[in-house]
Amino acid sequence: MTTIYQARKIVTMNPSRPLATHIAVRDGTILGAGSLDELTGWGEYQLDRSFADKILMPGLVEGHSHVAEGVQWRFVYCGYFDRTDPNGVIWPGVKSIEEVIARLSEANAALSDPKQPLTGWALDPIYFNNRRMTRQDLDRVTTTRPIGIMHASGHIMNVNTMALELAGMLRPGVNHPGVPLGPDGVPTGEMKGPEAMTPLGPHVGLDRGLLASDEPGLRAFARLCVRKGVTTAADLANLLPQPAVEMMRQVTGEDDFPARIVSLRVAREISPAELVARVLELRTLSSDRLRLGMIKIVVDGSIQGFSARLLSPGYYNGAPNGLWYIAPEQLRDIFERALAAGIRVHSHTNGDEATELVLDTLEQALRKYPSPDHRFTLQHCQLANAAQFRRMRSLGMCVNLFPNHHFYWGDQHYALTVGPERAQRMNACATALASGVPLAIHSDAPVTPLGPLFTAWCAVNRLTASGRALGTEERISVAEAIRTITLGAAYTLGLDGEIGSIECGKRADFAVLEDDPTEIGAEHLKDVRIWGTVQGGRIFAAASI
Amino acid sequence: MTLPIPVTLIGGYLGAGKTTLINSLLRNADGRRLAVLVNEFGSLPIDADLIVAREDNLISISGGCICCSFGSDLVAALIDIRARGQRIDHLLIETSGVALPGSIVQSIALLPGLAIDGVIVLADAETVEERAGDRYMSDTVRGQLAGADIIVLNKIDLVPPERVAAISRWLAEIVPGARVSPAQNADIPSEIILGRQPEPQPIAHRIKPSKHRTAGYEALELEIDCPVDAERLAAVLADPDLALLRAKGFLQKLTGEFVTLHVVGRRSVVEPAPAWVEGPGRLVCIGVAAEMDRSAVLVALGSDFHLLQSPRRN
Repeated sequence: MTTIYQARKIVTMNPSRPLATHIAVRDGTILGAGSLDELTGWGEYQLDRSFADKILMPGLVEGHSHVAEGVQWRFVYCGYFDRTDPNGVIWPGVKSIEEVIARLSEANAALSDPKQPLTGWALDPIYFNNRRMTRQDLDRVTTTRPIGIMHASGHIMNVNTMALELAGMLRPGVNHPGVPLGPDGVPTGEMKGPEAMTPLGPHVGLDRGLLASDEPGLRAFARLCVRKGVTTAADLANLLPQPAVEMMRQVTGEDDFPARIVSLRVAREISPAELVARVLELRTLSSDRLRLGMIKIVVDGSIQGFSARLLSPGYYNGAPNGLWYIAPEQLRDIFERALAAGIRVHSHTNGDEATELVLDTLEQALRKYPSPDHRFTLQHCQLANAAQFRRMRSLGMCVNLFPNHHFYWGDQHYALTVGPERAQRMNACATALASGVPLAIHSDAPVTPLGPLFTAWCAVNRLTASGRALGTEERISVAEAIRTITLGAAYTLGLDGEIGSIECGKRADFAVLEDDPTEIGAEHLKDVRIWGTVQGGRIFAAASI
Repeated sequence: MTLPIPVTLIGGYLGAGKTTLINSLLRNADGRRLAVLVNEFGSLPIDADLIVAREDNLISISGGCICCSFGSDLVAALIDIRARGQRIDHLLIETSGVALPGSIVQSIALLPGLAIDGVIVLADAETVEERAGDRYMSDTVRGQLAGADIIVLNKIDLVPPERVAAISRWLAEIVPGARVSPAQNADIPSEIILGRQPEPQPIAHRIKPSKHRTAGYEALELEIDCPVDAERLAAVLADPDLALLRAKGFLQKLTGEFVTLHVVGRRSVVEPAPAWVEGPGRLVCIGVAAEMDRSAVLVALGSDFHLLQSPRRN
């Protein structure tokens, strides 16, 4: 049965037919986009006018997120900015420690089990005039139940006195750079860095699996996708043990599961040979809505955590260079085996030294295993310089930059981490395009909120949270940004033949919008109202998801 | 109160011999129940003949030892392995090839019930200088070496003897106070890495001969019948000039209570002794025979107390 959808306007991203008014769909596949006249030749059809006043564009593609976003919402949202949860509730940002305490107290009152920890996330005290939160602040919520609040950066946690006591840390004599002490010689409750946070995690409900998900978490993530117009999302770092794969196959296979998840096996815990064998096996377990068979490698840390590897002259504030999370020999081993097996590898690099290592290593590996169209992708790659973008182009690499980071942490990068000049060139989308490097942009949800149109707004405007225009030379146009969040991201995932544009033969994946992103104006791109999605020909309204 | 479990980090760059050392320690556990955490189950970390059983994330090893892998979350693995409730006499952590031991030491210090015993960093004699000058890895390799209480300069059989001396000098230059123990096949007495097994009874006259004898090491065993300034003695024994690799003793402090003294290369700790310890005090010092100056050790000790037993070669 063929359905022809009528829309106010259809932005196809197909250069030979950029605009249309109707789309014909059969069995989840697009027969064509054009005028009604052009489509009736496909035979008997039903005309669906429910989108007659809407804008349709290809379903948005989030090229770097984590399905853990769906799990975070079980915790209390303590972020500074308004944020939408999977149910569509907009949680207003909390603007002071008093407001954090009030929100936590409300959540505390709703818990019946006295031992259950109270967990919060997305706290960002840099917006509270840098007044640090202490255990005494959180003790005002409760002294009998452990509390742990993860910061937005993911690098700091605040806990209350009970949590410290349970972890055996309510004592003087703790000597650790990540554990500040109060005047009484006892930890203040602020735990900085993974070493300091992890011992507290199990006591405050944040033990492990920040990257893992479960059935309800996966469904919640997919509901969030619908609200943001996303029909395909990459889950960029998953250990993918067999039970998780079976769970994901089952959940994504449910009739009403509204998104396609592309889950990458993170290079961890097994040797390169075992990794490649496992990923080849995972590839055979793929389905339409669960795509497996790629590798993710974490090469360095984060810039704001000072754990990214920077080329000379290093950090602006003089902090020592960051950390390697993989040795060059292991990187080369994985690259060579993956190229030989035809497996795509996405490499997390934040600092430019980490990017340089990946470029050097891939260049060597490609001499040994020449591989046309390998599409190895640099993820984040925030500090890459112009010469590195030229090398990416020469080596056939793609890049997925992180404009959201520019908005949320650009001011810190300007003042503290890399200084004004490099802060201006961070996430250099315009240089990437000018160099001919296939480009995607991402949210890294839950690190920043999922929402490709917001990410596009960040790339187009390059404003920071304080309103500073940072690196205007690296702005890209609205048209370029929209291509990047559809075909661009699809290309990095090897899916551009299936999705990313509305044209004959592709999947019937659409973002259904109330406003036209090509007309609303660059400064309003993030305000485009989203009605929902069509995924594989199935209609999902955000209002009823 | 239960004593904390001693933890030894086995660090060093890829290929330096960490896995070989771990296997050697498992073969020479001498009744100790070792728990080993390895960064990954890559190429099998445990020699096949030692394995009793293997399930997902845990290898059971003959003699009651166990081995688990950890990915990015060492602390979670430590919590898990202790939650199994098995007796653990000593915990060994094989760090990843790019990890800096210093930060791991700090995080272990945050966990109740565990105490760092020592940091052993292996260096491959053939490649360590090159790695320490590598464009990308230089600061990581140097940071690893700088975090060592003892550097095991491994694979010395693969380089000429004069190179071994030159590398040792170079190590002493870039890591002030470095204690370097040369080795082939990571073969180093387990009592240097793990300390000597605490004796259930005060030792009378002689130490138990080690099952694991390696030429080139020397032990001094002393009985001490008077109270001592244990903190000062610990600092003296950790002085690089004495070139001791390991010392362990039960001593009576000037204030009367018994303490345990540990020295692992540059690290020294004095802590309350187990309740069963009673006089006289006793002390074992181990070092590389060619470097350990017995008389200097005795001079360093001798002014503070007298020796019941004259030193003898092990």
